[in-house]
Amino acid sequence: MDLFQVTIDGQIVNVAPGTTILQAAEDAGVKIPTLCHHPDQQVKAACRVCVVEVEGSRVMQPACAYPVYNGMVVHTNTMAVREVRRTVLELLLTHHPQDCLQCERNLHCELQTLTQEAGIRQVEFPQELRNLPVDESSGAVARDPNKCINCRRCIEACGELQGVDILASINRGYDTVVGTGLNKSLADLACVLCGQCIQACPVGALREVDHTQQVWDALNDPDVHVVVQTAPAVRVALGEELGYPVGSGVTKKMTAALRRLGFDKVFDTDFTADLTIMEEGSELLDRIKNGGTLPMITSCSPGWIKYMEHYYPDMLDHLSTCKSPQQMFGALAKTFYPQTQGMDPSKIFVVSVMPCTAKKYEANRPEMRASGYQDVDVVLTTRELVHMIKQAGLNITALPDEEFDDPLGLSTGAGVIFGSTGGVMEAALRTVYEIVTGDELPSLDFEVVRGLEGTKRASVELIIPEAAADGEVGTSLQVNVAVASSLSEAKKLIELVKTGQEEIHFIEIMCCPGGCIGGGGQPRPTTNQTRTARMNAIYREDAGMPIRKSHENPAVASLYADFLGSPLGSVSHKLLHTHYTKRKVY
Amino acid sequence: MTLHRSHVLVCSGSNCALHSSSFVKDRLTLEISQAGLGDEIRVLETGCFGLCAQGPIMVVYPEGIHYCKVGLEDIGEIVQEHLLKGRIVNRLLFKGTSDKNWMTKDDFDFYRKQERVVLRNAGVIDPENIEESLVRGGYAAFGKALSEMTPSQVIQEITDSGLQGRGGAGFPTGRKWQFTQEAAGDKKYVVCNADEGEPGTSKDRLILEGDPHTIIEGMLIAGYAIGATQGFVYIRGEYLLSIERLQKAINQAREFGLLGKGILGSDFEFDLEIRSGAGAYVCGEETALLNSIEGKRGEPRFKPPYPAVRGLWQKPTLINNVETLANIGPIIQNGSDWFRQIGTPECPGTKVFTLSGNICNSGLIEVPMGMTLREIIYDIGGGIPDGHQFKMAQTGGTSGGCISADLLDVPMDIPSLAKAGTALGSGALLVVDDRHCVVDLAKTFLRFFAHESCGQCTPCREGTTVLLRLMNKLASGKGDAQDITNLQRLSTTMQQASLCGLGQTAPLPILSALTFFADEFHAHLEGQGCPAGVCG
Repeated sequence: MDLFQVTIDGQIVNVAPGTTILQAAEDAGVKIPTLCHHPDQQVKAACRVCVVEVEGSRVMQPACAYPVYNGMVVHTNTMAVREVRRTVLELLLTHHPQDCLQCERNLHCELQTLTQEAGIRQVEFPQELRNLPVDESSGAVARDPNKCINCRRCIEACGELQGVDILASINRGYDTVVGTGLNKSLADLACVLCGQCIQACPVGALREVDHTQQVWDALNDPDVHVVVQTAPAVRVALGEELGYPVGSGVTKKMTAALRRLGFDKVFDTDFTADLTIMEEGSELLDRIKNGGTLPMITSCSPGWIKYMEHYYPDMLDHLSTCKSPQQMFGALAKTFYPQTQGMDPSKIFVVSVMPCTAKKYEANRPEMRASGYQDVDVVLTTRELVHMIKQAGLNITALPDEEFDDPLGLSTGAGVIFGSTGGVMEAALRTVYEIVTGDELPSLDFEVVRGLEGTKRASVELIIPEAAADGEVGTSLQVNVAVASSLSEAKKLIELVKTGQEEIHFIEIMCCPGGCIGGGGQPRPTTNQTRTARMNAIYREDAGMPIRKSHENPAVASLYADFLGSPLGSVSHKLLHTHYTKRKVY
Repeated sequence: MTLHRSHVLVCSGSNCALHSSSFVKDRLTLEISQAGLGDEIRVLETGCFGLCAQGPIMVVYPEGIHYCKVGLEDIGEIVQEHLLKGRIVNRLLFKGTSDKNWMTKDDFDFYRKQERVVLRNAGVIDPENIEESLVRGGYAAFGKALSEMTPSQVIQEITDSGLQGRGGAGFPTGRKWQFTQEAAGDKKYVVCNADEGEPGTSKDRLILEGDPHTIIEGMLIAGYAIGATQGFVYIRGEYLLSIERLQKAINQAREFGLLGKGILGSDFEFDLEIRSGAGAYVCGEETALLNSIEGKRGEPRFKPPYPAVRGLWQKPTLINNVETLANIGPIIQNGSDWFRQIGTPECPGTKVFTLSGNICNSGLIEVPMGMTLREIIYDIGGGIPDGHQFKMAQTGGTSGGCISADLLDVPMDIPSLAKAGTALGSGALLVVDDRHCVVDLAKTFLRFFAHESCGQCTPCREGTTVLLRLMNKLASGKGDAQDITNLQRLSTTMQQASLCGLGQTAPLPILSALTFFADEFHAHLEGQGCPAGVCG
């Protein structure tokens, strides 16, 4: 393909047809400021911060959207361009609260950075704020429309990426703002609380509902025994905001930091991830053998569960009855754990650190009180843990490496890969294969279910020896599996299941693209680039673990021996399994 | 067919309709029947005659007598005197600038300088009867294109005619057709933009009300030329009569085999649907219009890609204004050379203007391109009423520039007005006399834009309201020189960085007013108050 020659600020670059001015400028070493632009989203050309002069064009053109042509001459840094960009930013600031010091996004705000870079010291136009109510009704995702700058990235995240589509531009002109249908609060909508809108937002208009103070209060209470569990995806993202490059695994620094914050025990959700494999794997085999509803679909992702409840209420029997690892942990932390320690369960306070905003909602579901108490008391996002670590003045790079506590801290590589799309599937296959066939897997790595691709499929042939009659090899069982991440991808798969055209036995679905590593509670920016880096870190963690199969976790084995009995047994049934609720969209 | 000795044409254009022309017509019909003239005199409703200031208007043929401002109380006299006894009712005749009564069209200065191509049938035919259109040559051009010309020849004829879009932007129509013809696509669309939203413009409405078949014919020719089988007419929702008449016309065209499959025995297939908007100004922007047809929020799309390449449902789409389409039939019928004899060499053809404001003969006119502003205002428009002086004119609607008396001799055509720093635009012509204040007018314009900005891009969404606030401050006498500087800086930013024409042109009236009436703006700052005594 012939390249186009483009002159940018006097420098010639040769780029492929279809390249935007923004991309071509990058090649020329010129960074053009952007705001509504998002690397993983469609071009919006709405904020007009990236305008440049194109010779021959009557008006300036948005670099993010305008395609280059051969011989194009672009000026990105003239007096006129700087003046126009500055004015556009000033216009945004006439509407935007100037409370940066108190804002959750302070120092991480794209508008703040651009304002700083443009050298704006004063807004010369008359200012007027919106005075709209802040919505914290969901207890998970908070919306502050006063800070909205109408970039519409959240609308695309909610609509195109997640297919939930509860956000839209409402009103016109100066009153335009991103809002919901009939101005309903998130709690009253079919919002799944995935938090992908938070990941899309360049400013502080979307965030999690902050629960750090409740955790500080518990830690400060001498009568309360505070335990913490950390989800697999947290350990590969936490470091990003604490001095490590993107894609660093900081598990042992994280455990050390949690102890310094004052948690009495530092446990691991990976442990209950292993337990989930035992329960869910058994449930799958049970469904296959006894004619249960197939395909069975994973139930670890609370945003996904809420999505099914709202949008596919007639298909809830496809969902595994297993609670998520977070909730299995909570149930055990207030039953098994105090029993072994001789403690009063009412004095135990369970904190989760999750890459997720929907986990806040999940912990508050009425079903999640199997211990007789609320199983998980408070859920923090990865970002909130970062805030606590910063408030405590901890430099985690200088902390010693520390291990999780026993007994709920021992886990396997299978547990840690839960943090990535395809991980639950891979972990399940490692265990189901060996339990069913009795053979050891030649290779533990099911590469086919890994990666950022939206939907993945695999088939595994299981030879069941006990079914073999005289001289025969055994019954062959072909297990077809599929993996999807992001709700738009999930929807396609569910629609396929509905038609019954394809025989699938087991489906893993994660609400967020890339799985939990790309969750709504993770550090910003969460883009496909950072997702990939975190995903690689997850598989490095897995490869480095001494045990990589859930059924080989000795702590899980003794939990069954000492407390639960067997998978799908009566104690498991009470503590580790749940049911779902049909919900409406409107 | 019954022969009548007399026809009375009653204008049912929107302006006359607002003055109860339908009651006038009903009363006239009743009294004619009571007078026993039912078989001799036929009463029919037509589209706009143009002289809206004098509505309701009726014309009695064969004499061609124009009666103006006809009320219910006048009907008896018209029937008894004129229709029964043949005596003209002098008191209902229009008195122009002279004291002489104007009786027929030839007497009217208002009509004498006009040249009616687009409006050739408005006020002449019954727009609800396709047969009247056919008798006047309706669909003959389409028949010619279909039977004698290839699609490329049709496009060549339009290109040769030099016709430029009449919706405001003035893009060469033939090139637009060619781009859409050449664009690859399994399906293509023709869209008629009848979302006339520019304040002070009602030409598209009156064309549709007066001669809906000319639009259907223009779209048929366009569909044949570019290879489209489906067309949409997007009419703003308030234009109830336009919608009703066009729908009737579409139904009749279908009955006559002019729409649908196998048109006129050929294998050409084309059909039309009406879509109406809810009145958002921005939906007149072609890509916002497409979004609205698709059922989305009416917001412009970033261009490129242009609609000719990816338009309605991402298919190649030709979008033309009502007036542009009304020119197609005559050009195909009479040839591009004929068309080029009208108007100027750079800008052939006629232009329909809507005259409003401080002008005697407000209404709808059609003149050759290049007629001067002075001729339009004084010769056709009858000048400024009540002895007041001309102060300024705004051309092209609210998004057009404000020009002062120095420019009264500017030729009214697309290139000349662009050179003068304003725009011909949609053909709105607002005349303002010396009683008005420029700052106050600017406030009015800005209030409109602040209300109509769709809210998509920053410069327009925030800028329109900030401009209004600055202008309010100036009007209240509290402004300072810095506010003027900020006004200019913001205007430049909106022109340069807005996503669509709305934001890009919204500052034009402000900037042109600042150029031509700088003293008046400064007077508001310096504590002298409003020179016209309007503000504050």
